[in-house]
Amino acid sequence: MSETRSSARLEMRGIAKRFGPTIALAGVDLQVHAGEVLALIGENGAGKSTLMKVLSGAHRPDQGRMTVDGRPYHPRDPLDGREAGIAMIYQELALAPHLSIAENVLLGREPRRKGVVTRRVLHDAASRSLDEVGLGELDPATAVGRLSIAEQQLVEIARALASDCRILVLDEPTSSLTQQDIERLFALIERLKERGRAIVYISHFLEEVARIGDRYTVLRDGSAVGSGRVSEVGHDELVALMVGRNVEELYPRSERHPGEGLLTLEGLGSAQGLSSASLELRRGEVLGIAGLIGAGRTTLLRTIFGLAPVRSGTIRVGAYSGPAAPRRRWKQGLGMVSENRQAEGLATSQSIADNLTLSNLDPLGPGPLVIPARRDRSAQRWIEALRIKCRGPEQRVVELSGGNQQKVALGRLLHHDVDVWLLDEPTRGIDVGSKAEIFQLIDRLTTGTGPEDSTRKAVLMVSSYLPELLGVCDRIAVMTRGRLRPPRPVNELDEHSILLAATGASEGEEASG
Amino acid sequence: MSAEKPTAARRRDWLNRFGPFLGLLFVSAVFASLRWETFTSWVNIEIMLMNTTVVAIAAFGMTLIIISGGIDLSVGSTIALCTVVVALLLNAGWGPLGAALGGTGVAALAGLVIGLLVTRVKLTPFIVTLGMMGILRGAAKGLADQKMVRTEKTWLNDLLALSSESGQVLPIGVWLTLGAGLMTAGVLRYTRFGRHVYAIGSNVDTARLCGVRVATNRVVIYVLGAAFAGLAGVLQFSYIGSGDPTGANGMELDVIAAVVIGGGSLSGGEGTVLGSLIGALIMTVVDNGCTKLGLPDWVQDIVTGGIIVLAVTLDRLRHRRGR
Repeated sequence: MSETRSSARLEMRGIAKRFGPTIALAGVDLQVHAGEVLALIGENGAGKSTLMKVLSGAHRPDQGRMTVDGRPYHPRDPLDGREAGIAMIYQELALAPHLSIAENVLLGREPRRKGVVTRRVLHDAASRSLDEVGLGELDPATAVGRLSIAEQQLVEIARALASDCRILVLDEPTSSLTQQDIERLFALIERLKERGRAIVYISHFLEEVARIGDRYTVLRDGSAVGSGRVSEVGHDELVALMVGRNVEELYPRSERHPGEGLLTLEGLGSAQGLSSASLELRRGEVLGIAGLIGAGRTTLLRTIFGLAPVRSGTIRVGAYSGPAAPRRRWKQGLGMVSENRQAEGLATSQSIADNLTLSNLDPLGPGPLVIPARRDRSAQRWIEALRIKCRGPEQRVVELSGGNQQKVALGRLLHHDVDVWLLDEPTRGIDVGSKAEIFQLIDRLTTGTGPEDSTRKAVLMVSSYLPELLGVCDRIAVMTRGRLRPPRPVNELDEHSILLAATGASEGEEASG
Repeated sequence: MSAEKPTAARRRDWLNRFGPFLGLLFVSAVFASLRWETFTSWVNIEIMLMNTTVVAIAAFGMTLIIISGGIDLSVGSTIALCTVVVALLLNAGWGPLGAALGGTGVAALAGLVIGLLVTRVKLTPFIVTLGMMGILRGAAKGLADQKMVRTEKTWLNDLLALSSESGQVLPIGVWLTLGAGLMTAGVLRYTRFGRHVYAIGSNVDTARLCGVRVATNRVVIYVLGAAFAGLAGVLQFSYIGSGDPTGANGMELDVIAAVVIGGGSLSGGEGTVLGSLIGALIMTVVDNGCTKLGLPDWVQDIVTGGIIVLAVTLDRLRHRRGR
């Protein structure tokens, strides 16, 4: 193609989108040229996903316009987006696991000879794009469910190429890949670039951005707060743009004096991908768990809390030892916030008050009774302490914004007055303001100045976002393939060393096994 | 408190609460205007209340089950089995109270079986209760030797006697229904068990995360649901005056319809006792009104079916706006 570099392949102007009370996008401008990688970066909840859903046609913008190769582009649904040459590769892959590689690559656009789809025609048509992504050596008849995650991702990219996409959007493509697979992916991106495809690369790993990106656009709270050439911007500058305040302000850290051990694990293993974890969580500290998605971090928390079966090892909570169901764990002073608010953390069709008090209805009335007025009074206290924006305790959780929903999930632990807080991705998908408040809460818990204003708590926190872990935790333990490494003080660690530990060990294991 | 759109939200809450009631007023008004003399007579109102009791009591149990995200298709068979058991126990020399309790107990036992199969063997309620529907119906027919079981008249037969005969203000069965409704509503709103029922139906994983004993609660819910069906069976026995192994056929659908018309959601987490009661009343009123108008049976079926679809559609729309 003989396009000049100056004319943008994709141009988005003043894109705005609201969901009820939440302003997801407040007039975003974005440009991508042919043959370049635009790194789209921002914290969780900054609006990256919404913006890309507008681009794909999954959401219609309230305002703004888009052009593709200079032509106006108004997708009514994702099908329109696909026809305009826009392909999305999401974190959760969208493949049919029972169908073959070739069938997946050509899904919905099967080549027909005399009206019949033959296997041979299918394989011929698929092979070109499979070659292009480096999967040429695989049998196109293999069922996709039998491939590794990395290979499945490449199949998805092959599907995008087969439909002759002009703009390829990759949403956090490396979050579940090993270092080796990441290299393979980056090489592929370079090749696609040379062939003149435009790529939007979404990530919050700034080191990846520095390597693969040509230009960047930073989103924060629904606005584009900066863009330019990647080679002309520094790491700290990008962080400042993403966060919108200086780092100390976002991650408050009082002086902490860890006390006695509250939770001790020895060689803890579970059937669901946790092979060995040992640690001691002490009163008044925040211990972080880093690692790739699928490394077993969530299983670790779930095993501790009794939501996944213990296969080996021991768990000690204060004076109690042995496995226990969630009900017992709450009684022992443990509380957990699920990584998935909608699916597990909250009963969203119920009221704020019901959700806040569900684990502990005992103090709300004599015997088996629950007195609604007392429940609402209790809930009102946490609504005020956590500054949950709502109409009142009776409002249904589904009507709240992500950040306020998360505060309800955290408030449950305050209501129960637990000593050990197990937090799984506590800031996923929420705005920076709520995030800052949650970090502040965590800090106050460890020093005994929290809303409960009593004893100091201990926090065990899983997060995929390294700056957050580095900013909030006292110690961090890295998890790889179900194994937990010994925790190390946070001042001995940086993003690079954690990433290396998280991805490097898995390669070593592959070599040895 | 800061409010985004308080009026819209309040209007929705209001609709949620009073929607079914407005529906009842509307259908009543239609029939009243068409057949004022016959429809609004005290006797007719009494008959309608009486005709509602069986479905309403069973619907209270079904409300618990549906709020918790379950379903029970065996209710009609349970009612029939209960009438047979009550009749057989009376003939065996049991007192009326003992026979009524015996019938309800057998129903509760059926609920226990359902609850255990759903929680221990982890079968879906739909399939389990579809099977139980056949099993219990078969058991009723077998116990009754495929015939109506006739009995001597006892005070059980007077539970649904008209006031003109008994001298009561309303039949005892109607008071019984109101009492059972009040109790169920109270349990749902004012007890830990009630809050757990809503939580399990709204999101069973959240309930589990919060330490709710999900399995135990679900067993209790099915036992209570079936016990209510048993109580409905006692009233059914009172109404027809004998054990009828083939009666109450398809009544489970009326019961489910009553809950759904009253705002219950088959995906769980929503429903109220008052709503279900109103749902049951709406169906009786339509039934009765159509008869008064001289409309044939098939028209009634269509109207009732249409109301169910309409109720669910309105519910859907209400929710879409809520999100």
